[in-house]
Amino acid sequence: MALFQLSRRDALILAIFALVVITMPVWTAPFGANYPGLMQKFAIYAIFAIGFNILFGLTGYLSFGHAAFLGVGSYTAVWSFKLLTMDALPALLFAVLISGLFALAIGFLSLRRSGIYFSILTRAFAQMSYNLAYSVLTPITNGETSLQLTLQDPRLIDLALAPRGAGLPTASLFGMSLSGLSGFYFCAVVLLIAFFFAQKVFASPFGMMLRGIKSNQMRMSYTGFNTRPYALTAFVISGMYAGLAGALLAVTDPLAGAERMQWTASGEVVLMTILGGVGTLIGPVIGAWLIKYFENIFSSFNEGILGRFFDFVPAPLHDTVVAIASKFVGEGWQLTLGLLFVLVVVFLPGGIMEGVRRIGALFRRRGSPPKAGAMRVQPAE
Amino acid sequence: MTTSERNVVLHVDDVSKNFGGLHALSDIDLEVEEGQTHAIIGPNGAGKSTLLNVIIGRLAPSSGAVVFDGQVLTGRKPHQINQLGVARVFQTPEIFPELTVLQNVMVPAFAKRDGAFRVNILRNVAGEAALRDEAEAIIEDVGLSDRRLSHAGSLSRGDKRRMELAMCLIQHPRLLLLDEPTAGMSRHDTNTTIDLLKKIKARGMTKVIIEHDMHVVFSLADKISVLSGGRIIAEGLPDDVRGNIKVQEAYLGGAHRLEATH
Ligand SMILES: Nc1ncnc2c1ncn2[C@@H]1O[C@H](COP(=O)(O)OP(=O)(O)OP(=O)(O)O)[C@@H](O)[C@H]1O
Ligand SMILES: [Mg+2]
Repeated sequence: MALFQLSRRDALILAIFALVVITMPVWTAPFGANYPGLMQKFAIYAIFAIGFNILFGLTGYLSFGHAAFLGVGSYTAVWSFKLLTMDALPALLFAVLISGLFALAIGFLSLRRSGIYFSILTRAFAQMSYNLAYSVLTPITNGETSLQLTLQDPRLIDLALAPRGAGLPTASLFGMSLSGLSGFYFCAVVLLIAFFFAQKVFASPFGMMLRGIKSNQMRMSYTGFNTRPYALTAFVISGMYAGLAGALLAVTDPLAGAERMQWTASGEVVLMTILGGVGTLIGPVIGAWLIKYFENIFSSFNEGILGRFFDFVPAPLHDTVVAIASKFVGEGWQLTLGLLFVLVVVFLPGGIMEGVRRIGALFRRRGSPPKAGAMRVQPAE
Repeated sequence: MTTSERNVVLHVDDVSKNFGGLHALSDIDLEVEEGQTHAIIGPNGAGKSTLLNVIIGRLAPSSGAVVFDGQVLTGRKPHQINQLGVARVFQTPEIFPELTVLQNVMVPAFAKRDGAFRVNILRNVAGEAALRDEAEAIIEDVGLSDRRLSHAGSLSRGDKRRMELAMCLIQHPRLLLLDEPTAGMSRHDTNTTIDLLKKIKARGMTKVIIEHDMHVVFSLADKISVLSGGRIIAEGLPDDVRGNIKVQEAYLGGAHRLEATH
């Protein structure tokens, strides 16, 4: 069936990617990142970034407001838990639908402009969403205190099947609890599905048209394409990815707060995508993992850990070195991230994936010198 | 339909275009017959490109209208005009620099096959063998086969132009507008392009061509309009226009080029 067909190359990439994701608890262990809470974030933010890249990487439209859809996804999922059931699937489904509708409305208005004006519009809509969630729509969002589960939630479906237990429930899948490692594996499977769908988009005529829009929108319209609905479809798809990611955040921790919609969260997914490689399939995943790693691991380093790390430095210098280094960890982790970002953008404008390609090319050149003029253009991976 | 009946497919009806106080086009009337090649010549700044911009919907005329095959084009969006069968090669090539030559030529084929908008996620571009074969054949026609996997942005100006021509031809447009299609090409490539344009003429494609190169004009044109200062100052069969040099001298200043091609 056409739905499940991939080129051999894409199928191979998917298989390798699946292996990497499923074995995450093993290969993150040496980095001290193999606890479920962080690995769940790795999977969830990878979904967010992959979806963002479908818009930014393929059409070139840079949204600074995608966290709004992440937040909408979280709120929807928590409401699905509160009103219907703790099962994750309805929560994901509703979150994708509602965030898609939001993206349709915001995208419809924002796409009337392009370039920087588009970015500013999306930023403005996200700011409005944040303010709505924080104060105006308190009955729906519970404002400052965040939307949470309570012992009085109706949970119509759950309670029709079984009596209310003691304490707050956790999200589940067909009765199976999704906490800890099983929560991670659930997110991982959703990530693989999201990745597969992105591969389909990238390889499809639709994806090619989006690349055409990024490359020369004017040529697209004189070639017979109505470019606005193409860009809008990409916007809605990426909004749905964000909503899906937001819902998974709620699955792993049934709570939704307005800060999830803050502009820093919107900026973060832009950084992830650029850091990893705009317009590539794998790049945004790597970017998401790096940034979440820095955020969670670097930020937890304190002077005690640094002091031990720099034990080899002679005593008179030791305190100075630790003092300087401490500015880059703990609260200062964003300084390190900022530096890394600057280095990548300056030296590898195509992101980390460009670095990977360059290294690959280096090895290939060593293996067999390329024929003159036989420049093969690599499709984005 | 009798052969004596003129079948006008493009009708530019009393079109004017002002840019502020500048009258770029004044009361232009133009009729192009089906299957013919209609050349528009004139000095720099005469308004030739502006006229094409009005036809394809890039600019709205200040007054007047353009009718193609019984349909009013004026007021329609560029993509709608293209879907009616009008394609254009621009004076400065409008291409997709980041895509390969093959992809550049395939994209317009999708517009022709799937229409102005279609979310086609299930299919795979790599599986579109028929479209790719057609694109490769046309790329071969314009002589770019050896570059078909290069990024279009890396092509020379003349090659970009030939590729843009291929992008138009794959759509089999009913009306092809060419804005200086051979500018920046070597003599050899110019001649290849002339041959190609003759070949598509034999297939009955209607063309409006803007050209400074009189060798190209007199090789291809069935009819010539001379545009100067936004007005059509002479019009007729190539031989008439050639004989009409005295009239043009005042406006063209390039009349010697006309004589040179005798
Ligand atoms: N978008 C525009 N805004 C303002 N003025 C314009 C615009 N487009 C063209 N013009 C002016 O209209 C006049 C006609 O320009 P046009 O490009 O049609 O000339 P042309 O005959 O194609 O010349 P060339 O042979 O140099 O291509 C020029 O004076 C030009 O400066
Ligand atoms: Mg011009």
